[in-house]
Amino acid sequence: MSDLIKLPAATLGAMLSDGSVSAVEVTRAHLDHIDAVDADIHAFLHVARQSALDTAAAVDARRGAGEELGPLAGVPIAIKDVLATRDMPTTSGSKILEGWIPPYDATVVARLRAADLVPLGKTNMDEFAMGSSTEHSAYGPTRNPWDLERIPGGSGGGSAAAVSAFEAPLALGSDTGGSIRQPAAVTGSVGVKPTYGGVSRYGAIALASSLDQVGPVSRTVLDSALLHDVIGGYDPLDSTSLTSAWPSMAAAAQAGLADGALAGMRVGVVKELNGAGFQAGVTQRFEETLALLSAAGAEIVEVSAPNFEYAVAAYYLILPAEASSNLARFDSVRFGIRVNPEDGPLTSERVMAATREAGFGPEVKRRIILGTYALSAGYYDAYYGSAQKVRTLIQRDFDAAFESVDVLVSPSAPTTAFRFGEKLADPMAMYLNDITTIPANLAGVPGMGLPMGLAPEDGLPTGLQVMAPAGEDARLYTFGAALEQLLEASWGGPLLSQAPVLTPTEMFASEEGAV
Amino acid sequence: MSEITAEQVAHLAHLARIDLSPEEIDHLTADLVQIVDSVAKVSEVATPDIPATSHPMPLTNVFREDVVRPSLTVEQALSGAPARDGDKFRVPAILDEE
Amino acid sequence: MAKARLMDLDKALELYEPVLGFEVHVELNTKTKMFCGCANEFGQGANTNTCPTCLGLPGGLPQVNQQAIESSIRLGLALGCEIAEYSRFARKNYFYPDTAKNFQTSQYDEPIAFNGALTIELESGREVTIEIERAHMEDDAGKLTHKGGATGRIHGAEYSLVDYNRGGVPLVEIVTRMIEGGEADSPEIAKTYVASVREIVKALGVSNARMEEGNVRCDVNLSLRPRGSGQLGTRTETKNVNSLRSIERAVRYEIQRQAAVLEAGGTITQETRHWHEDTGMTSPGRPKSDADDYRYFPEPDLVPVAPSREWVEELRATLPEPPAARRKRLQAEWGFTALEFQDVVNSELLDLVEATIAAGASAPAARKWWTGEIARLANAQGVAADTLVAPAQVAALIELVDAGTLTDRLARQVLEGVIAGEGTPVEVVEKRGLAVVSDDTALIAAIDEALAAQPDVLAKIRDGKVQAAGAVIGAVMKAMKGQADAARVRELVLERSAG
Repeated sequence: MSDLIKLPAATLGAMLSDGSVSAVEVTRAHLDHIDAVDADIHAFLHVARQSALDTAAAVDARRGAGEELGPLAGVPIAIKDVLATRDMPTTSGSKILEGWIPPYDATVVARLRAADLVPLGKTNMDEFAMGSSTEHSAYGPTRNPWDLERIPGGSGGGSAAAVSAFEAPLALGSDTGGSIRQPAAVTGSVGVKPTYGGVSRYGAIALASSLDQVGPVSRTVLDSALLHDVIGGYDPLDSTSLTSAWPSMAAAAQAGLADGALAGMRVGVVKELNGAGFQAGVTQRFEETLALLSAAGAEIVEVSAPNFEYAVAAYYLILPAEASSNLARFDSVRFGIRVNPEDGPLTSERVMAATREAGFGPEVKRRIILGTYALSAGYYDAYYGSAQKVRTLIQRDFDAAFESVDVLVSPSAPTTAFRFGEKLADPMAMYLNDITTIPANLAGVPGMGLPMGLAPEDGLPTGLQVMAPAGEDARLYTFGAALEQLLEASWGGPLLSQAPVLTPTEMFASEEGAV
Repeated sequence: MSEITAEQVAHLAHLARIDLSPEEIDHLTADLVQIVDSVAKVSEVATPDIPATSHPMPLTNVFREDVVRPSLTVEQALSGAPARDGDKFRVPAILDEE
Repeated sequence: MAKARLMDLDKALELYEPVLGFEVHVELNTKTKMFCGCANEFGQGANTNTCPTCLGLPGGLPQVNQQAIESSIRLGLALGCEIAEYSRFARKNYFYPDTAKNFQTSQYDEPIAFNGALTIELESGREVTIEIERAHMEDDAGKLTHKGGATGRIHGAEYSLVDYNRGGVPLVEIVTRMIEGGEADSPEIAKTYVASVREIVKALGVSNARMEEGNVRCDVNLSLRPRGSGQLGTRTETKNVNSLRSIERAVRYEIQRQAAVLEAGGTITQETRHWHEDTGMTSPGRPKSDADDYRYFPEPDLVPVAPSREWVEELRATLPEPPAARRKRLQAEWGFTALEFQDVVNSELLDLVEATIAAGASAPAARKWWTGEIARLANAQGVAADTLVAPAQVAALIELVDAGTLTDRLARQVLEGVIAGEGTPVEVVEKRGLAVVSDDTALIAAIDEALAAQPDVLAKIRDGKVQAAGAVIGAVMKAMKGQADAARVRELVLERSAG
């Protein structure tokens, strides 16, 4: 295994810039590692080997010609399959889109290309981003690099596993109710859900339009910041895009590395997100992290967000409602698969229904039916209408909390990675898994997930969630980078250096064959 | 408030154009009863005086200028079509006008 | 299609009171579509004006066309509507192959314009005020072509083809409140209302307003209430009525059909019905039912439209004079009879006549030329009158006639020259040498010659048989190649004969 793959994107960028390594070398190192481990991890649904090498060679040529390139030029990146890419299949983890190659790039993908990053391929995800485990991917689950029998989180388990298994230094994710932050927690990686409207959604296959946000996935806070700077900012193609002039997130992260960055920072602990049902080791690491913050001069304040109790309920009305409408376009007319009914007349209506029956997995069907119900005449006010009101209440809770604190913290997820199948039979238990991350999506505020150590009882990663007021994404990076520095000092290095070393699959397979 | 029946789920499946099997309808009916029971609590706090929030950011009047942007080529537009006939998308017979 | 039983219209109206309602869809003539930058053009190659947004591809997102908002607000104002301070788009969810997203982006409980009224005038002079409930924005669907089967219609078709060029074109849907008391005028009310809306959108310049191209489409809601009953009847919605004549016919047809059903003890099914131009009948479509659960909810990909009052007033200031008021004013100014004026209006010549008068022509002359010779020529060539000749040229032609330079007969020749591109009327007169010979010396010489050649005629005239002069006048006119004023020739003939 090449050491190149262990390096953060910021370091790789610097080495590429000073010529100590070429983009082709970096890309090849990652492709080789993908070849070695991804048969086990299954982080990727598609690996664009040749085009990645071609892109890398083009970047090297331009740099060789003296062109001034961006800080991440030549750095490889994995792209969640929810994002449209004109040169790679885009399936959103669903059978219904099998083999579809979009005729356009998502805005964030176009920005990656413009910044000369090197797309390695597309990462696995729960079908249409519905899930917390990638078990709902139509193409089989991704495995957690810390324990192949466990889930890597979801929906962006592929992106989180790719960075934590060193298959890519960076990845793009999307977060509708925690799909970036929860996988980060259970894989020991970093991920950020930006302020709603901070990153363009154009070309991101919509799950729930008013909740979805694309964001960076990485192994370090600074790397996420660098990627955030590339993908963020106003996009006229997304009407909910904010026109704000954003500060440099990378600069904000750098500021966090300075001495005393945490001194005087008021850190709110949300009472309602740190209670019953949380795994003991998660709570323990959370308490230790608070102590560390306090020791660094931060002021820990307990705050109450009484309406967070209703967040999961509101979320599981709003999301299915919007999703039921967003997923209506998958009808076998303009793209995607077409399935004819087994018998009876071949009408458009019946072919659509047969295609959707065959093309959607059980979780997608469950949520479409739930959303259709929530929007139905006679139920709208009680369900969807009420859920939108809860949203107002949750925003008010955030507003009140941010009057007295700078950031809010909670564990990113109530537990460490669970085993495959553990929660599959009980959809509501799976849904409750998102209790910590959902409020940020409902209110539109930014949230970051970063590692806070291994749970003593199972040796698996736990994650801290940090939230800031809308538009204050930079604050997350300053806080996150400062805390990351403290934590890594306490661990004696990055948490991921404690992850089990993955055996190359081929060797593993040949050993098995020999037996 | 959730008296969800299999008939109702079948109707929802029709609205959503999913040809669910009878077994799926039974499963989903049970799931929906459980989920709806659990999410119905939103109405506990959603009193009339609270305004609904449908967009997380309070933006208004976001407009695009009336200027033509390049369209896809016909080949791009039809590149993913399961069936085409010349430059048009082809679909099976349609039961009736909407 | 089975032929429905119809009741005689007079009898139907004796027994039932028709209650009407209209939904008129106006396609706006913006450069781009409602929610994306694809061109809003008619008659392009299939699927050439599409993008991820209007094609409903995964990941596509809408962006509101500001011009469409302005046009909608102006249309709302012209219909006397209030303009919402806060308006939202909503998704109307239903599956149909021409609807790329399988939801229409429309407006539901928060339309951009509401509470308007439009007063129309029937031919009898009766004025009817149509109350407008709302005017809301939405996007159009793509175009389906049905293939296979005998008729090319949807029924019996083997498959269909979809062209999404029209998908996403901006529409304003104007919905009226229930119209009662139309009585026997109901068909005319329907026609006149749609004509008035069309006239307004044309005057505003917000739509090409060509019904034959579907720029203005009308759905007619109609129910019958038994006389003396307070109870409203069940209504049908007749779609696809795309000419003024059809609208009138469709209303008449539905009154007669529903009356026959009710009279036979039947009930009206609440349904969509399709108008067939060729047969003049409506046929049943999809029945309205619980299935019409459109699950409207606010479009989360778009933010609310909250036009400031300043903006609304700015737009109000751009409104043209209402067409009905303008017509009244012009008719009075020009002194036309109702019949004369209607002739101008119905021939779509109002703007041209007005421009011709503005260029200096008298009102009667402008009307005479446009509704007469020019209309005849346009008709013969199958083109619109305004493509033949400009109002300024017509005014110049009229000036030449008024000055006596041209007789009507000569002027018609000059007009032909102008249309043929030979230049202005003055230039054509010069080039073709068509001016009236107003030099009496030349006329007298010709008259003397003609009288000398026909001594018998001269004798008759001298005997007082003045009508005999016709033969001499004809000969003179012939000699002058028609370029003489016949009245003047007559005067001179009598003068010379007396000599």
